[in-house]
Amino acid sequence: DQVFHTVPETFQQVQHLQRLFSTLLLDLWKPQLPEDIRTGEDLHIRVPAPLVQEVKDSLDHHMISYKILIPDVQKLVDQSMPKERSSDRQVPEGYIYTQYHPMEEIYQWMTQIQKNNSELVTQHYLGKTVENRGMYYLQISQPSHKTKKIIWMDCGIHAREWISPAFCQWFVKEILQNYKSDPKISRFLQNLDLYVLPVLNIDGYIYSWEKDRLWRKNRSPHMNGTCYGTDLNRNFNSSWGSIGVSYNCRSEIFCGSGPESEPETRAVAQFIERKKSDILCYLTIHSYGQYILTPYGSTTIPPSNSEELMHVAEKAAAALMGKYGTSYEVGSTSLILYSNSGSSRDWAHMIGIPFSYTFELRDNGTHGFVLPVDQIQPTCEETM
Amino acid sequence: AAMEVPLSHGLASRAAALATAYLCYRRGSPGRGLALRSLRRARRQDISDVGHKYYLELELEDVLDKDSTVNCTAEVLYHLGNKNIAPDVQFTLEGELKNTDEADNIFYNRIKSLEKELVAENIPDSHGNVPPEMEPIHLLAWVASGYVIWQNSTENTKFQLAQIKHVKQVKRSDEYLEFDYMILLHDMVSQEIIPWQMTVLWHPQHGVQVTQDSRQPKHESG
Repeated sequence: DQVFHTVPETFQQVQHLQRLFSTLLLDLWKPQLPEDIRTGEDLHIRVPAPLVQEVKDSLDHHMISYKILIPDVQKLVDQSMPKERSSDRQVPEGYIYTQYHPMEEIYQWMTQIQKNNSELVTQHYLGKTVENRGMYYLQISQPSHKTKKIIWMDCGIHAREWISPAFCQWFVKEILQNYKSDPKISRFLQNLDLYVLPVLNIDGYIYSWEKDRLWRKNRSPHMNGTCYGTDLNRNFNSSWGSIGVSYNCRSEIFCGSGPESEPETRAVAQFIERKKSDILCYLTIHSYGQYILTPYGSTTIPPSNSEELMHVAEKAAAALMGKYGTSYEVGSTSLILYSNSGSSRDWAHMIGIPFSYTFELRDNGTHGFVLPVDQIQPTCEETM
Repeated sequence: AAMEVPLSHGLASRAAALATAYLCYRRGSPGRGLALRSLRRARRQDISDVGHKYYLELELEDVLDKDSTVNCTAEVLYHLGNKNIAPDVQFTLEGELKNTDEADNIFYNRIKSLEKELVAENIPDSHGNVPPEMEPIHLLAWVASGYVIWQNSTENTKFQLAQIKHVKQVKRSDEYLEFDYMILLHDMVSQEIIPWQMTVLWHPQHGVQVTQDSRQPKHESG
């Protein structure tokens, strides 16, 4: 396989490339979607080996100049592979789950995951971020005649909590690698659909890679562009703005100009609201602290199904501990941590989703948000 | 009368974090950093006109060797009102801490013999990496930040060292090593990241001292 690089110069060339792309089912690496191909902008396409000559001929015929960016994709993949090579083709070969990945790579990963597992996985659009980036979730669903209940999981609502998107990716990989061989996972998928949003706060995540590793909020501008960011986990419509927030943009827990003022919040909330009667469980993944948190943050009054909520969470914490001895505390946010309002987990429960949990992953503060890469695997394995 | 605070209570864990920071400051070195492994028990006593006192039973672990743990009892007194007085902390360690004389001396001699002053930034880096030769510099900051955390904690804060932004060695003519740090503290309660400057003195026999420290304005969130 080879990766071609070209910069279309005319609109005709753009059209030709789009046609080529759809007729030959090529693998578009940059931009994300064929409709985003533009004159003057980089285009990277991976061409399967048997089609290389045909693509070259076609480009030559239309006088589109190109460069071969990667002459041998397999060689590059082999070079970047860890020593134990996964022999199945269900997950993108060469994707290293024990490393943190920037957003561009996560977008590519999602596309690949869907491609390689199209019988089970579909990618869906949720909405746009402040900076106009597309938010997508992956639906893992085994075809069946019965309607299944849904488990929703989102990661990366807070930009600096890198272990969280890493976990979402790991989770998807584990499910897809083992659903045929692991009876528990296979039974799971017979009865439930999984919806996974690997990065909710995309703009913030990118900002934490490029500018400020410890950024938390999204990137919405306030005060005439002199101050940025709303805490998305204070922006949901659950006792919004009442406690544990700041009304000042300069604060890390700024709750925004109103409930669901942020496009990211609205994208998620609108979707979950529409599907709520089918959603059994809402999970949101954060770090750090090692907690499994139950509703509510805005009040110490326990939710109606609090016993059941706690029971399930305690079993989860015990199972987690069984793996590497890592201890997770279980309880409501208002009792264990602090009061807060506008959290996604509280909102999910308030609209009727019975099981709603926040996971705060490793560690306990020694590394905090900057968790070393060698802890990605054990953290993900135990949480799995 | 002391009231038993349920272990998972937010307030107990804040007192435990403070006690750990103080302990680390008093007992730590570039070869030894201590972190809280678990909070076993906590009781709280409200002393009228004085403040809130916590009685804690902690298990601490060595940051460099997680299997090495030590039990500890501590008392933390948060003073009433806004007097800007640091909380009182007392502790008793049950057992011995690992001896780090050899590692400390190696580090001390290494720095003393540097021709140019040591300068470094972003420890750990974005991916959590700390180069092995920087680990003692990292731990020294961990220990010294214990002092800053102790001096600035209240019942409404829970500080952790998040990252060293910048460190610069300051050459001295006497036997002490001096480092000028710019660190970032994370407060779990407000979620704020607070830059803090601190000047740290150290000598293997004389322990860690923070001779000067000042909270810095937050870099523009823009």
